[in-house]
Amino acid sequence: MAVLQMQRISICALKTERKAILEKIQSLGVMEINHVLDEDQDFQKMDTASQRSSFEKAANTADQALAILQEYVPVKQSMLSSLAGKDLVEQKKFRESVSRKEETLKNAKQLVRLNKSIAEKKANILKLENDQEALTPWLPLDIPMNYSGTTHTAMLLGTMPGAMTLEDIYGAIAENAPDAAGTDVQIITAEQDTTYLTVICHRKDETAVEDALRSKGFAKPTQVTHHVPSRKKELLEGKIKQLNTEITDIESQIKGLDSKRADLKLMSDYYRIRADKYQVLGDIPQSQRTFLISGYVPGNAVELMKKEIGERFDCVIDMEEVKEEEDMPILLKNNKFSESVDGVLASYGLPQRHEFDPTTIMSFFYVFFFGMMLSDAAYGAIIAIACFIVLKKFPRMEKGMSKMIRMFMFCGISTVCWGILFGGYFGDVITVVAKTFFDTDIVVPALWFVPLNNPMKLLVYSLAFGVIHLFVGLGIKGYSLIKQKKYLDAVCDVGLWFLFLLGLLVMLIPSDLFASIAQVKIVFPAAVTAFGKYGTIAGALGLLLMSGRSSKNPGLRLALGAYDLYNITGWLSDVLSYSRLLALGLATGVIASVVNQMGSMAGKGVFGALMFALIFLVGHALNMAINILGAYVHTNRLQYVEFFGKFYEGGGRAFEPFKENTKYVDIKEEH
Amino acid sequence: MEGIWGNLGIVYALLGAAAAVFLAGAGSAIGVGIAGQAASGVVAEDPNQFAKVLIMQLLPGTQGIYGLLVGFITLSKIGLLGGSLAAIDPQTGLMILAACLPIGIVGLISGKYQGMTSAAAIGIVAKKPDQFGKAMLFPAMVETYAILALLISILSVSNISVA
Repeated sequence: MAVLQMQRISICALKTERKAILEKIQSLGVMEINHVLDEDQDFQKMDTASQRSSFEKAANTADQALAILQEYVPVKQSMLSSLAGKDLVEQKKFRESVSRKEETLKNAKQLVRLNKSIAEKKANILKLENDQEALTPWLPLDIPMNYSGTTHTAMLLGTMPGAMTLEDIYGAIAENAPDAAGTDVQIITAEQDTTYLTVICHRKDETAVEDALRSKGFAKPTQVTHHVPSRKKELLEGKIKQLNTEITDIESQIKGLDSKRADLKLMSDYYRIRADKYQVLGDIPQSQRTFLISGYVPGNAVELMKKEIGERFDCVIDMEEVKEEEDMPILLKNNKFSESVDGVLASYGLPQRHEFDPTTIMSFFYVFFFGMMLSDAAYGAIIAIACFIVLKKFPRMEKGMSKMIRMFMFCGISTVCWGILFGGYFGDVITVVAKTFFDTDIVVPALWFVPLNNPMKLLVYSLAFGVIHLFVGLGIKGYSLIKQKKYLDAVCDVGLWFLFLLGLLVMLIPSDLFASIAQVKIVFPAAVTAFGKYGTIAGALGLLLMSGRSSKNPGLRLALGAYDLYNITGWLSDVLSYSRLLALGLATGVIASVVNQMGSMAGKGVFGALMFALIFLVGHALNMAINILGAYVHTNRLQYVEFFGKFYEGGGRAFEPFKENTKYVDIKEEH
Repeated sequence: MEGIWGNLGIVYALLGAAAAVFLAGAGSAIGVGIAGQAASGVVAEDPNQFAKVLIMQLLPGTQGIYGLLVGFITLSKIGLLGGSLAAIDPQTGLMILAACLPIGIVGLISGKYQGMTSAAAIGIVAKKPDQFGKAMLFPAMVETYAILALLISILSVSNISVA
């Protein structure tokens, strides 16, 4: 219902107790730290950056270790597990685990090290495999690759580009080294683009022969082994095998550390909390024996702070109103139903300090419009029940998520109501099934009317709901202005518009245009008609004269007034925008009947029933998904653009208390 | 009216249904395609944003559904689905065709532009995932005009009287 009023709290206490006090504030989680005091001679800030970074590093190491454990010993997580929220841990258990933190940190480092060594070994294996690959063409060779020859003969070993035949090579030698006699060439392996060969020649001809071969692209291999290639291959294989055993060994070591998972999580959170604490500690001004901490506390938590801090520690607590020029953080307080939509509000922007909190009013319209756009009782029931089950099953769900799911549950209930009013249950599935399989005609009657049979009627109602929504928005603007004691603004910017718009409506409703759309002729009593006429004129004149009142120049003032009057087109487009209530409602119903009709095309019998079931399931699941998306997007739009456009600014800063910002567990409060 | 020209009423009407479905469907296909390319890029960098960008990608998909909607209403109007074709003179047929055009043409154009807006909005989600609510609004703005066109198409089709 409202923006919570904040208080500035300042606590001055003995330095010896600073950590205990900070820890208490952190575990209460109701205070946003915000300092007003600058450093001076007496009060100085302490540098905690190095401790903080060492804590953050420890938390990071634990996170890495957990990621490694998850890689080697995966814990299965169901699709819904992300909804489950953080586990609740008893203080005692937490402290017990923290007392083992040295050992846990050692384990975490050990895990990181083991993982690194696996990575190194894997890289090593890759290299050895490459070596093996390079060796493959030489495998037929039965002497060591670095064999250089005997006393009188020399052996040249290398590759030549392209597929060479013996004749080619002998030809090349004969051409370029004609003196070399008795040269013996052996092709070890011939591939399409490389030939692997050995050449044996007289030692005195070695240079000449090598030059001759080089001129044809001969090259010695980059790596030669002093082993026979096949032997070398065995050695490499042995090494790879060895490395693989080592990896398996390390993996089992990692798996052995799986039991430390819980400790790692707690330790990670412990260091995360401490890092936050040290950040605050680095910000608070401290004198030789005292320190001062200051910040915002919501009004309803003041007593709690006084009790928990003031009575336990030797300190002075000072409370004061937040000054006007301060940037007060915003925390909203609403009932259980309305707070479910505050995520929607927050994503537009929280209200400013003195602004009206529209959550409550918006929540009713939100649920109402969502139901109208989806408007199928069966779809609504599915959403409501699914959300209800999820909420019951995961009571510790993260807060924002649980609010959103609650919102969809309410929207689902509203959809059920609209579905009953419009007679939509999976579209017209009952009628279609009765006709296809049982040859009977059943029509489920709509409690109100079927939109497809009378779209004009629903259009008029949609626009009427829109007018109400917009008028409420304008009304809120008037209320805020009156509350700020800006009475002239309230009359000119809100009252005159109401007069003008109501007058126009009264003139429009009895007109032929309206009658042709609504298919009813409405006649007002003469007094009302007169009000319409004169109200419109008075409103328009008033706006023309008063809207530009900030300007002294009378000509400019009139021009500004005329421009403001032109905003009537904005009102028209805003109202027409509500026709999406009709269009999206029709879309759900018609596509649902298309699905049903497609399902019934296979006819009667077992096969027909099977086909129907299949098409029914797939079709309705798709239709539901796309229409829920549509209803969600367009309900948001109606709130953000049309409704908020009338009065709301937003841009407030969210309240961010100093609390235990954990990642894995919540620590139970002690009482 | 005599001869072939006098019997073309039903053809015009069916042409209307076809135009509503294929133009609006094509618009959605283009739009979803454009948005999908941007979405894939984001997911390649940050797979956690999958759900959000998928919703963004789906936003331009509604025009195709609106087209289908009008097409379906038209088909059931001319009795093609029930198996007994209504007798439609050329004038009524052309009226039905005209009634189908708004959602077809606006669906095509708005689908494409909504896709481009979605792609840009996906950029917002990539950089600031917490601004999803605002990002979603920009493509929804484009859709307004498809909804208005849908409205006129539905109202005209369902109010044309067929013997």
